[in-house]
Amino acid sequence: MSLKVVRTKAEFEGEMTEETALVDGTDLAAWKADATLGIVGKRHVRVDGIARVTGRALYTQDLYLPGMLHVRVLRSPYPRARVRRVDASRALALPGVRGVLHRFNAPKSAFRGEETIFRDEVRFVGDEVAAIAADTEETAAEAVRRIDVDYELLPFVSDLEEAMRDDAARLDDKGNVTESGKNDRGDIKRAFADAGVTVEATYRTSTQLHNSLETHGAVARWDGDELTVWESTQHVFGVRAGIQAALKIPYRDIRVLCDYMGGGFGSKGGAGKYTIVAAIFARQLGKPVRCFLTRDEENLAAGNRSATYQTVKIAAKGKRIHAIEHLSWSNSGQGRWVADPTGPTNGLYDIPHVRTRSYKVVTSLGALSSFRAPGYVEGTFALDQAIDELADRIGEDPLALRRRHAARQSDPFLGNRYSLKRLLACYDIGAKEIGWQHRRAEGARGSAPHRRRGFGMASQLWGGSGLPPAYATVHLNPDGTAVLRCGTQDIGTGTRTVLAQLVAEELGLEVGDIRVELGDTNSQYAPISAGSLTVSSVGPAVRLAAKDARTQLLQAAGGLLEVPAAELRVERGAIVSKGRRTPIGEVLGQIENYTVIGKGSRFPNPEGLSLKTFGAHFAQVEVDVRTGEVFVEHVVAVHDIGRVINPLTAASQVEGGVIQGLGFVLSEERVVDRPTGRVLNGNLEGYKVPTIRDVPKITVRFIDDPDTKANNIGAKGLGEPPIIPLPAAVANAVANAIGVRIRTAPITRQRVLDALSLRA
Amino acid sequence: MGRVPKAPQFIGPGAVDVALEVNGDAVRVHVPPHRTLLDTLRESLGLTGAKRVCDEGTCGACTVLLDGEPVYSCMTLAVACAGRSVETVEGLAKDGELHPVQAAFIEHDAFQCGFCTPGQIMSCVGLLKRSPAPTAEDVLRAVSGNLCRCGAYPNIVAAALGAAKKQVRR
Repeated sequence: MSLKVVRTKAEFEGEMTEETALVDGTDLAAWKADATLGIVGKRHVRVDGIARVTGRALYTQDLYLPGMLHVRVLRSPYPRARVRRVDASRALALPGVRGVLHRFNAPKSAFRGEETIFRDEVRFVGDEVAAIAADTEETAAEAVRRIDVDYELLPFVSDLEEAMRDDAARLDDKGNVTESGKNDRGDIKRAFADAGVTVEATYRTSTQLHNSLETHGAVARWDGDELTVWESTQHVFGVRAGIQAALKIPYRDIRVLCDYMGGGFGSKGGAGKYTIVAAIFARQLGKPVRCFLTRDEENLAAGNRSATYQTVKIAAKGKRIHAIEHLSWSNSGQGRWVADPTGPTNGLYDIPHVRTRSYKVVTSLGALSSFRAPGYVEGTFALDQAIDELADRIGEDPLALRRRHAARQSDPFLGNRYSLKRLLACYDIGAKEIGWQHRRAEGARGSAPHRRRGFGMASQLWGGSGLPPAYATVHLNPDGTAVLRCGTQDIGTGTRTVLAQLVAEELGLEVGDIRVELGDTNSQYAPISAGSLTVSSVGPAVRLAAKDARTQLLQAAGGLLEVPAAELRVERGAIVSKGRRTPIGEVLGQIENYTVIGKGSRFPNPEGLSLKTFGAHFAQVEVDVRTGEVFVEHVVAVHDIGRVINPLTAASQVEGGVIQGLGFVLSEERVVDRPTGRVLNGNLEGYKVPTIRDVPKITVRFIDDPDTKANNIGAKGLGEPPIIPLPAAVANAVANAIGVRIRTAPITRQRVLDALSLRA
Repeated sequence: MGRVPKAPQFIGPGAVDVALEVNGDAVRVHVPPHRTLLDTLRESLGLTGAKRVCDEGTCGACTVLLDGEPVYSCMTLAVACAGRSVETVEGLAKDGELHPVQAAFIEHDAFQCGFCTPGQIMSCVGLLKRSPAPTAEDVLRAVSGNLCRCGAYPNIVAAALGAAKKQVRR
């Protein structure tokens, strides 16, 4: 074993970060692009399928510990107010109520840069005011209604564009608007002066709510000084860090677990207030405590994708894009950061003159959180529509125009060469599958006289390189079965299955010989399951752990079989030597109860290269010009993400991204009542996530060209790419169909009818 | 059509005994009249397959069969199930063998996080009970009340149709 410190630049959700990690030994060479692999790259059903279809899979929500208490939270009914007094005496008088926490009695516990869980000044409808622990959830809910609070109301603003105005209520000492990103390339002023045709447009996107089906929540139990927390999370180690910061207890005493979890699209990145509240109550009351959000609370206080207001000015010189200026304002609510919608404009197309600015706007609403490709979905909606608008103006096919700016093999933003870029191949496949040759600049008649048909497309840029640190161990039992332990989590993406395939491939076992244990901070560290980085971060470490186990196995087998280890190999669960097969169990069984433990770590990304994923979506739609309804008929999604480990689960991931993108562009919109600052549709009735009726024909294609420069498995990320280009592709298809452009998402019937009547 | 429920003599205001059949077993629970079937299954009977997602009849994650018909168990009171038969996802596999719908969900990768899956499966099982050879349209109708946020919908349709085919062959 030889440990080495490495420092490496890596991308996380559109931002470059510098990571310091330890690596052990030397990295493996990547599997060659044309390597013949037996298990990796083949369809494999999910290894946890039986648990999930029988109801046996235990989610955090399903945990009912003996004597467990239930928490409900009192949330502010006002968008901004000072909490002057909290009187819980009527609540505490209720039989079965065991405790109350609020700003006047809760222990100080740091939470995301603030000193306390319960703020003096509540800042949005849904902000935590107090919490009750009781024997049953019903009792806790009733007790919450009996808490009397004296609020002093303060000025607020909930609308993005209203908050940007000088006369808006000032929510932050620095002002409501702060610059969060900027980029300049070339000479933008001269470029616009030189350009032939210039198009300017304003785009708006609405706040999208995650609505993971399992709401945010945690169960906490103390055993002496030891705290165990079960949480529905994308990052058990992030939860552990949050608990340590809040409760000031050592890592030794904290264990965070997440076995099965019911959906995470970015918002379950670390400890929540519910986690800390459950832990505090559990310690005070000496019983396990469960704190889960209701669906309404989920939609007020558990994150969202920022609404945006974006302006784009784009100019052509001849038949090429010459310059683009993209300004973007995002509603961060009470969030402390904001995603950058101008990322695609900076890096996707090879355009000589670029100016981008992005701004964070504070409002009296719940904080944003990452939501599947934060910023890039919103930004691509504006960018790829603006390109179509320019193409229309100069009389050019929008795909042909993009091709001129998509061939370059170096990153226009970072300057580095790409490790691999197959965007043009995505265009070729997508155009063929959708029948792009049928697209007419003026749209076409649909399947009925009142229906118009159109085609549209858009491109996708995203990171997905993965990053260190990530570690894993493979425990090979004396009977030839193995357990993979790693602190990552399977949030529904198929991580368990893909990692089992990697172990099986490298160690020479069958997938069925392997159990995958994830989601435990007593295991090895792995990064958050977000940013499309799980397979590309954890996968290479897992492969190395399996390789280490194989090396040790062969050493042991060499001794036991009295054959030099170099003459042995492992194949389908057996040690093979000169045509003789001995099952691993038979070999290792000779040593009493010896477990081989292989270790692996994630090595740094290659220096001086830009590692990205690319893709393109093509959409065919029909629009009913009488009702304004948009019918998406066919979506073709083509992605360039390096090696595909499991084509079955990869295709599911793409379909899921496409469907979530359809929600973003056609139906999902948080509605806020401006006079009261209240969310009016924080539920699954008023907030429209796609149903099975809304799903078009979806064709999924992968380039499946392994990126052998990226890491030892040649794979990049796929979680986020499939939502990024879909909204813009559909918007472009709608504009092509009806000859008028809807620049606001979602493209509702009302907005279509308004646009059509304006034109008329 | 389900059997007509037998009304217990006294209902509430305190907890009452309710006798019903769950996955073939006769069970008796002691619940207040306002307690939903969902909470009763999960908290009194330890059957946590049915999920609480919206708790107001808008998502279908709590779907179970009541006398063979799919119902939202969050919108069904436990006391209304007296004398009736409830089937949950936990009761589908028989003698260690998966129900054809369960097997098809795995084969067609008809779930991602799996949180809506018990509800989706029960809706499909209910469909196959009343319509052993459904069309794609029948499937869409059967699961249109079951939301899936991961977007496994295309594979859910494939799984339901695949299960129907296999069931017919059996």
